Amino acid sequence: MAGISGLALKRPSVIPGFGLAFGFALTYLGLIVLIPLGAMVVKAASLGLAGFWDIVTNPRTVAALRLSFVTSLIAAGINAVFGVVIAWVLVRYRFPAKRLLDAFVDLPFALPTAVAGIALTAIYAPNGWIGSWLAPLGIKVAYTPLGILIALVFIGLPFVVRTVQPVLEEFDREIEEAAATLGARRDQTIFRVVLPALIPAILTGFALALARAVGEYGSVIFIAGNIPYVSEIAPLLIVIRLEEFGYAEATAIGTAMLLISFGLLVFVHVVQAWRRRRFGND
Amino acid sequence: MDAWASTSFNRLSGEQSRLHKEEKPVDVTVQNVARSFGTTAALHGVSLDIRAGELIALLGPSGSGKTTLLRILAGLDVPTSGRVLFDGDDALGLTVQERNVGLVFQSYALFRHMTVLENVGFGLRVRPRARRPSRSEIKRRSLELLELVQLSGLEKRYPTQLSGGQRQRVAFARALAIQPRVLLLDEPFGALDAKVRRDLRRWLREIHDRTGHTTVFVTHDQEEALELADRVVVLNNGKIEQVGTPDEIYDEPNSPFVFSFIGESSVLPVHVRNGQVWLEDRPLDLPAGTLRDGPGQLFLRPHDVDVVSKARNGISGIVTTVRRHGGSRRFELEIDQGREHIEVELPESERSLQSSVAVLPRRWRIYQ
Amino acid sequence: MTNLSMAPVPAPAGRGTEVTTETRPVRALLIGIAVAFLALFLLLPLGAVFVEAFRVGASAYFDAISEPDALAAIRLTLIVAAIAVPTNLVFGLAAAWAIAKFEFRGKSLLNALIDLPFSVSPVIAGLIYVLLFGAQGYLGPYLQSHDIQIVFALPGIVLATIFVTVPFVARELVPLMQEQGTQDEEAALSLGASGWQTFFRVTLPNVRWALLYGVVLCNARAMGEFGAVSVVSGHIRGKTNTMPLHVEILYNEYNFAAAFAVASLLALLALFTLIVKATLEWRYAGQIAASRRH
Repeated sequence: MAGISGLALKRPSVIPGFGLAFGFALTYLGLIVLIPLGAMVVKAASLGLAGFWDIVTNPRTVAALRLSFVTSLIAAGINAVFGVVIAWVLVRYRFPAKRLLDAFVDLPFALPTAVAGIALTAIYAPNGWIGSWLAPLGIKVAYTPLGILIALVFIGLPFVVRTVQPVLEEFDREIEEAAATLGARRDQTIFRVVLPALIPAILTGFALALARAVGEYGSVIFIAGNIPYVSEIAPLLIVIRLEEFGYAEATAIGTAMLLISFGLLVFVHVVQAWRRRRFGND
Repeated sequence: MDAWASTSFNRLSGEQSRLHKEEKPVDVTVQNVARSFGTTAALHGVSLDIRAGELIALLGPSGSGKTTLLRILAGLDVPTSGRVLFDGDDALGLTVQERNVGLVFQSYALFRHMTVLENVGFGLRVRPRARRPSRSEIKRRSLELLELVQLSGLEKRYPTQLSGGQRQRVAFARALAIQPRVLLLDEPFGALDAKVRRDLRRWLREIHDRTGHTTVFVTHDQEEALELADRVVVLNNGKIEQVGTPDEIYDEPNSPFVFSFIGESSVLPVHVRNGQVWLEDRPLDLPAGTLRDGPGQLFLRPHDVDVVSKARNGISGIVTTVRRHGGSRRFELEIDQGREHIEVELPESERSLQSSVAVLPRRWRIYQ
Repeated sequence: MTNLSMAPVPAPAGRGTEVTTETRPVRALLIGIAVAFLALFLLLPLGAVFVEAFRVGASAYFDAISEPDALAAIRLTLIVAAIAVPTNLVFGLAAAWAIAKFEFRGKSLLNALIDLPFSVSPVIAGLIYVLLFGAQGYLGPYLQSHDIQIVFALPGIVLATIFVTVPFVARELVPLMQEQGTQDEEAALSLGASGWQTFFRVTLPNVRWALLYGVVLCNARAMGEFGAVSVVSGHIRGKTNTMPLHVEILYNEYNFAAAFAVASLLALLALFTLIVKATLEWRYAGQIAASRRH
């Protein structure tokens, strides 16, 4: 750490209050976040590696984790594609009600998940708004993994849009002009020049949407059907185990999910670091 | 780091002639080109003939329309009226892509996710299959261009890993790679520091002489324009003030704007009466020639004056300040009881403050 | 007019040409895709909430939101938010003050830890408090012997809510205060202001809109949190049910109209949040964190 000499915690400063602010913030984080999370990890560790492994490789757990992860992956993928289109349209074009639409993108952040869950179910249930149109075609959405996918697309939607949007806004139009003067058609410019420059932002948004989706509970449980091995997501399985007083199982599944989240978090940091190295900070 | 600037180009000349023999430089004709954005006009009917192989500077203050004209030549902007011809053929009907113009942006606009080599080869890679060289050919040509701009060995770097001057040269090589009919440079050295700028100027002139492209560059730096260009186009408020060789522009500025924009100048209000130039109530020993009677403005260059004896009708004033100015000294003269001030360069002996001195310009102009 | 309706955003300095945009049909197609996607995934569910809420009529709607259990749920939700939001506000200010105004070891780690709750499943957020304070938990025996109830009671609900909303205020303040630097504070101190005076009269006014922004988002999540609260609440009707939990209970009892009626109140809260958020972004773009300017 440059500028902090010897054993000192901080660089000398005339501004007061470091001890109070730092001490309070650290204590608060410790009590609210770190110690409770640590307690879960300690509890998981007390199961021993074999015990832990037994629980997370239990077929029902594996099915739940796989379902959560695969549906989240697909949902994040859908959001990556449409998120880029939405960000593109919001940044590049002018059309009626654009600002309204822009503000609306954050709805999944603002709408309680339980509300989203019952609303989506009302729409996609076999007797629902859209479900009743799909039912005669033999397509079942609610109470199937497809329903889970719909809910996860809903809650992950803002992540890609909001990470790509600022990058696209800052994107220098001269770079597109340069490509055009060099003879590139518009589609060549977009696919070879603009989109590659957006990849770090897209990856970041994708990973954030994925992390959110893997842990999502409220919006999913109403529409999922919650049939073990078929449409039972991992967070729901934790709740079920907890209600059965299966603390060990709940802890093990929770810890496994925490590890997945950490992996994604590390991935985001690696992408960001790579972006800064390659593309600079501006 | 800039050892390249002094390196000889001789060993490259052979390859260079091969590199560019396919395209011969074109004449560029601009006829009555006007461009307005809403109600504000950026260009009012500009006409200009650029000969094949010429190096032309568009010089003017910001907002003079020089960049708009450059963007119209590139096809990035469309004039409200007027015509642009390349070798006599209409160029406005061609899209940017078809126009085949090499444009070097002020910000360089390099593709940050591509290596230096990929940047240079981009224009060749995006060509339609029929006209696209093979991969190995693209690589060969790109490496050749990197050698020309003296960046060999840096082809695997990314733009963020280069210095400003190096990025500038990558942008230049990238523009040359498409074998452009015209080369356009927007403030090519604007973002560089003074030392690198001077080196790059000489380098640009050498490359131009070697490759022979019709080249137009935009600058607000008169020193750059006068040093580099075959001809300088001075623009102001969307109009061309003067077109000429650097000597013509400097020695025979045809308007007060050009006189004051190019080089340093001092101005005095004068009167012409009966073939005589008057400063207030005193005649000056300056031949009025064909000037008509009436008020005018006398423009002179501070370093172009002589001290004259009191016996002659000089511009007499009192020395109020003396300043160091590079290798010489600048004197500020208060004229006519402080109503006017001019700056002149005088021999050291005349420097005492409050002394009175009379001067006459060696070269001057009166605009009426 | 149609020409105007999907014009490309002009490039800076009014120099935009067709060069850096797509052809009209492509623009129309992309706008169509974006609008259809947003309508299908966002507007439709929001509309469904209100339509379903009034399906059985207005009087049933008002009965549903004014019956005692609903009122108890509303009161509990307000109480929880009234505790969780100010707590996280104080934390956000303290963390931002330390991170933005000082250079210290482990700063980037502290910064990263603040965002940690965002990457933890809400169910896990509930689980950890059960493991800590539940009857079988590490502190369970001690709490039982002292007759303190945390899980399945208000303190557990508050703790779980605080956990999931920890980052909201801090993540708005930290980047903004970092951008603002320490010059204003140094000037105030050099003019003789005390530390607290500097904080309340210089620092706080400088970040007030970002603070409001963070508080509004924090409040929306605090009132709407479902997963974490569900795990620690115990679902005791009229006692430990927050509004989202009440919605769930009504829904599971097939009392759909009442469930959607209560849900519509939460949807209104979401709309209110979006309006405040968008207004702050448009009006005070320069005064909220750089990452939020668009």
